[in-house]
Amino acid sequence: MGLIRDGRLVPDPFTDVSALEELPAGVALIVSFEQWQAHRDALLAGGQPLGLRLNSDQPPQLVATDLERLAVIALDFPRFRDGRAYTHARMLRERLGFTGEVRAVGDVLQEQLHFMQRCGFDTFEVQGPDPEQAWRTIAGDHTVWYQAANDARPRALDRRTSPDQ
Amino acid sequence: MYRYDEFDHTLVAERVATFRRQVRRRLSGELTEDQFKPLRLMNGLYLQLHAYMLRVNIPYGCLSSRQLRKLAFIARRYDRDFGHFTTRQNIQFNWIKLDETPDVLAALAEVEMNAMQSSGNCIRNITADQFAGRARNEIEDPRPWCELIRQWSILHPEFSYLPRKFKIAVSGSSNDRAAVKLHDIGLYLRRNADGVVGFEVIVGGGQGRLPYVGHTIREWLAKEDLLSYLEAVLRIYNLGGRRDNPQKARIKVQLNALGPDEFRRLVDEEWAAIRNSTLLAVPRAEIERITSYFADPAWETLVDSPATLADQRSADPAFDAWYRANVVPHRAPGYAIVNLSLKAPGIAPGDLTADQMDKVADLADRFSLGELRVSHRQNLVFPDVRQVDLALLWQELQSLSLATPNIGRLTDIIACPGLDFCSLANARAIPVAQDIGRHFAGSASLEDIGELSINISGCMNACGHHHVGNIGILGVEKNGQEFYQLTLGGSSGEDASLGDRLGRSISAAEVPIAIEAIVTQYKTLREADERFLDTYRRVGIDSFKDSVYGERPERRRAAA
Repeated sequence: MGLIRDGRLVPDPFTDVSALEELPAGVALIVSFEQWQAHRDALLAGGQPLGLRLNSDQPPQLVATDLERLAVIALDFPRFRDGRAYTHARMLRERLGFTGEVRAVGDVLQEQLHFMQRCGFDTFEVQGPDPEQAWRTIAGDHTVWYQAANDARPRALDRRTSPDQ
Repeated sequence: MYRYDEFDHTLVAERVATFRRQVRRRLSGELTEDQFKPLRLMNGLYLQLHAYMLRVNIPYGCLSSRQLRKLAFIARRYDRDFGHFTTRQNIQFNWIKLDETPDVLAALAEVEMNAMQSSGNCIRNITADQFAGRARNEIEDPRPWCELIRQWSILHPEFSYLPRKFKIAVSGSSNDRAAVKLHDIGLYLRRNADGVVGFEVIVGGGQGRLPYVGHTIREWLAKEDLLSYLEAVLRIYNLGGRRDNPQKARIKVQLNALGPDEFRRLVDEEWAAIRNSTLLAVPRAEIERITSYFADPAWETLVDSPATLADQRSADPAFDAWYRANVVPHRAPGYAIVNLSLKAPGIAPGDLTADQMDKVADLADRFSLGELRVSHRQNLVFPDVRQVDLALLWQELQSLSLATPNIGRLTDIIACPGLDFCSLANARAIPVAQDIGRHFAGSASLEDIGELSINISGCMNACGHHHVGNIGILGVEKNGQEFYQLTLGGSSGEDASLGDRLGRSISAAEVPIAIEAIVTQYKTLREADERFLDTYRRVGIDSFKDSVYGERPERRRAAA
């Protein structure tokens, strides 16, 4: 498993401590919503970059007022079938104006990467031995989309009406 | 009919190429069946009792003769020479081999068809009135809006992993032939007080284990707001639909838990936030482009009720009986809508052989401008037949066993594949339909009995729509034996209702006898031209209990 951004494995500066008891000091952390609630002020006082991992039943509106203090929102897919995080990602981008990193974590399948990217995710914890290969495999799968979403890709109907797009 | 342009073609071709790769990975063992399952389901491929089943979309029931010939080719080349039309304007092939599936999908793509999202927890095939654009009492043709919704729903990035499947139906007629109120979202084209045509939006209908007639959550929606409103409904569902129990994951459960008013409030709140989003605006030019594909064909200038037709009807009572049962008025003078019954006695409802498909395609070219339709009651329709051609067409259809005069009548039975094919079923459905069909075959009283729907499901999942049959038949299993539970008074029309349970379940052999008893009682009780459904609603279920269970005292004791 590794973190993919723009089709490339990238180093992950964050340590996901959402499942841990202790919060280490001095490193970039991704914490759970519960940890955030319990230790918010101490975490902010620490000065390190912070991220928040939200479960699929925790809408990002819960932390709407804290978003500018957070560098990463990691949205969890407990099972690939649980599609709530697609909506949560769009809410983060389109409703709450979040411009930081939106990370897909959990049961992230390669076939879902297109949908995730379109909904506003920009990094992906992809399973399997070769995440870059997984990305390359699906890269050419779709060149036509019927809907506008969070990425800049034009809809088929926009391309119909203005062929330059 | 809608025709694919380069973008539609590319999208489907890419989908086929992707699936070909996924099948290769499955066959090589790189993907486990568990990993492969969601991928194949999104492409309409189920694993049934004996083989893979491929479900192909016939969007809003429209089919060309060219497409039907391709379905015949697929049935012959990749299946066992037949296909099965379902209650959702799909055709299913029951004996498909996994390694050949990509080739089948490629063959479909050649004629602008696909199996995308015909399965899985996503937005399924958009269905509509099979008489769309031809019926006389239509407010407006629903097909352009169906196509717009179809495109919006395909590979939707946000709504491809919903809590459960999601079905949308649209009707432009005041006579609901599309079971609109039994869908997750049902849309009726409606005129508002100012005479402007928009949509009534009905949410939360459905069948299965928890049947509900949908609630109107918006009396009238402007056409330009259609996609933003659908998006709002789907978003509320995607976030709030239950994901802990598949039996309770449909939007009907969410809506009924919240109550229609609270559900409406949530949708309206979300809709207010996205209503003016440029992401969801559809330019007028695109609406016009889509609508242009559904323009009226070049009908000839003809007159209604030509003298030859009257002569032919009076000369041949069999032709006249077929005319009265299977021919529907058309909005163009001199034309008729013709139903092809796939319910000949002893035939599995909805089945059509490859040879029949080819011949029907030829007849569609000769008699119906190359187009046909598929109905949710598992029949076919020729939408544009000249009235002067009806007698000739009838003769041709007779030779194909597609002229049984029973549309809307007792033997026009809906049945799911049941235990003969389906891994979910508890009981067989097709043989029960065949038994009823044979029991009443040739019965001159079918016309006298009039409008009466019988729907048969082989299990609680209700694919055979038993809840909304005037007479519903549900297969149940008791101690390893098949029994059938009857319900009365269901309707899938604009007056939709769920049937009431009649009493204890009965054996397969008793079903035709029970149906006959119910019908006899109806004929005794009915007033004037009253339909079965109206008589039932007037007199209630008790009047029918005795006729089925009361004749033999020992049966009544056994039931107690």
